Amino acid sequence: MSTSEIDRQWTTRLRRRTLGKLPPEKMLPDTQPSYVASWIYVFGVATLSALFVVIGTGCILAIFGPQWWHISSIGHFVNSLHLWSVEIFFFCMVIHLWGKYFMAAWRGGRAMTWITGMVLFLASIVTALTGYVSQTNFDSQWISTQAKDAINSSGGGAFFNLLNPGQMLMWHIVLLPLILVLLVAIHVLLVRAKGVVPPFEENAGADHV
Amino acid sequence: MGPYLWAALLPLNNPDHYFKWHFIEISAANAIVIVLMVLTFVAALLLPFPGRRRRKDQQ
Repeated sequence: MSTSEIDRQWTTRLRRRTLGKLPPEKMLPDTQPSYVASWIYVFGVATLSALFVVIGTGCILAIFGPQWWHISSIGHFVNSLHLWSVEIFFFCMVIHLWGKYFMAAWRGGRAMTWITGMVLFLASIVTALTGYVSQTNFDSQWISTQAKDAINSSGGGAFFNLLNPGQMLMWHIVLLPLILVLLVAIHVLLVRAKGVVPPFEENAGADHV
Repeated sequence: MGPYLWAALLPLNNPDHYFKWHFIEISAANAIVIVLMVLTFVAALLLPFPGRRRRKDQQ
C-alpha cells in the first residue's frame, strides 16, 4: 500500500486528528500549574468519584431488584449507599459549579467546558428525579404525582410520563446514565485539552491582547 | 438495638419542619444542606492546601 493511500485511510486521519487535539502528555500530565493546589479544585474530581460509586451501587441494585433493596439488610445498605453517593455527588457538583462561576471558567476558549458542565448539572437533576420515582415505594408515588403537573404544564408529559414507572426506570438506568457518562467524558477531555482556567490576576491583560 | 437507639436520638417519623418567609418556603433539611454547602465553599477558598508552599518553592 502506498503512503498516499495510507494517508487517505479514515483510521489514519482519525488517529492523527485525535492525537493532534488530545496529545497523551495533555491527557495524563506530569504537573499542573501551582494555582491548582487549592481545595476549590478538589470538588470536580470529588463529583466524579461520587459518580463512580453511584454507578457501581446502581449496578448492584439492578442485579438484585426492588424486593431485595426493600427487604434485606444488605439491600437496604446498598440502597442507602446509592442515595448518599448521589447526595455527595450533588453537594460537590454545586460547590464545583459555584467555584467555576466565580472564576469565570469559560475564559480562554473554555466555553464548551462550561456548557457541557451546565448541561451535565441539568441532566443530573432529571436523572435524580427518575431515580426518586423508580424506588417502588410510597415516596416514589408521592413524588411522581406531585412532579407530573410540572412536566405536564411544560408539554413534556406527552412523551415523558412520570406516572409510568417502567418508562421512568428505563430512563433512569439506560438513557440518562448513557447521556451522563458521555457528557462527563467530553467534559473531562475538554478540561484536559484546554487546561484548568488560570486565576484572574495571572491572566490579567490576556483578554485584551 | 443500634438502629432503635439512633431512632430515639433522631426522630424521623414526624412531619418535616419548614421555614417560611413571605413567598419563600424551604424545609429545614434542605436549608441545612445549603448552609453546609456555603460553609464548605468558603472553607475551600480559605483553608491552605497541603503541599502548596512546597510546590511554589519548586517552581
